[in-house]
Amino acid sequence: MYLAVSLAILVTMVLALVRALRGPTVYDRVLAVNMFGTKTALLLSVIAFLLGRPDFLDLALAYALINLVGILAVLEFFQNHTRGAQEPGHD
Amino acid sequence: MTETLLDILSWGLLCLGGAFVLIGGIGALRLPGFYTRLHAASLTDTMATILIFTGMMLQAGFSLAALKLAAIMLFLLLTGPTASYALANAALQSGIEPDADRLGDDAGGGAR
Repeated sequence: MYLAVSLAILVTMVLALVRALRGPTVYDRVLAVNMFGTKTALLLSVIAFLLGRPDFLDLALAYALINLVGILAVLEFFQNHTRGAQEPGHD
Repeated sequence: MTETLLDILSWGLLCLGGAFVLIGGIGALRLPGFYTRLHAASLTDTMATILIFTGMMLQAGFSLAALKLAAIMLFLLLTGPTASYALANAALQSGIEPDADRLGDDAGGGAR
């Protein structure tokens, strides 16, 4: 069952990558990359149970923390960017 | 008996979580408009995370692995909705309008 769940997460990661490449706006890309990062932590936890190696849970914890910091930094940048520019036509 | 019950319960939770992840991924790819895609992606951030991690915690029992799983789940549940809110806020401030009329018509046409 872990194999089925990890395959589902892998397919979703591929779909998120396709959306990140195709996204019309920059927010679609940020959304897809955020989804990709969350699914990375999820996939690492499932793989820890799939292979029976609990060490992978530490990696998943590190990825979750990195994802938190990275996404909040990117969003803070975009929010300041939109507030400062006050133009809808940016980037 | 209890073991079998826990196995069946965690199996069901994991399969349901995998289905949620897959449906959210398809929705994030195929739905029209940014806000509908955000809805689909944030669905996988919360519901699928809860289901999959609860299923794995039932398998782990009372151990260090269960504690780590709870910590990862807590972090993901804190970050997912926060990122979704900040993303929607940034998109709204940058001038992307939620296209409620067109989506409402489409949804009505689909329901009929």
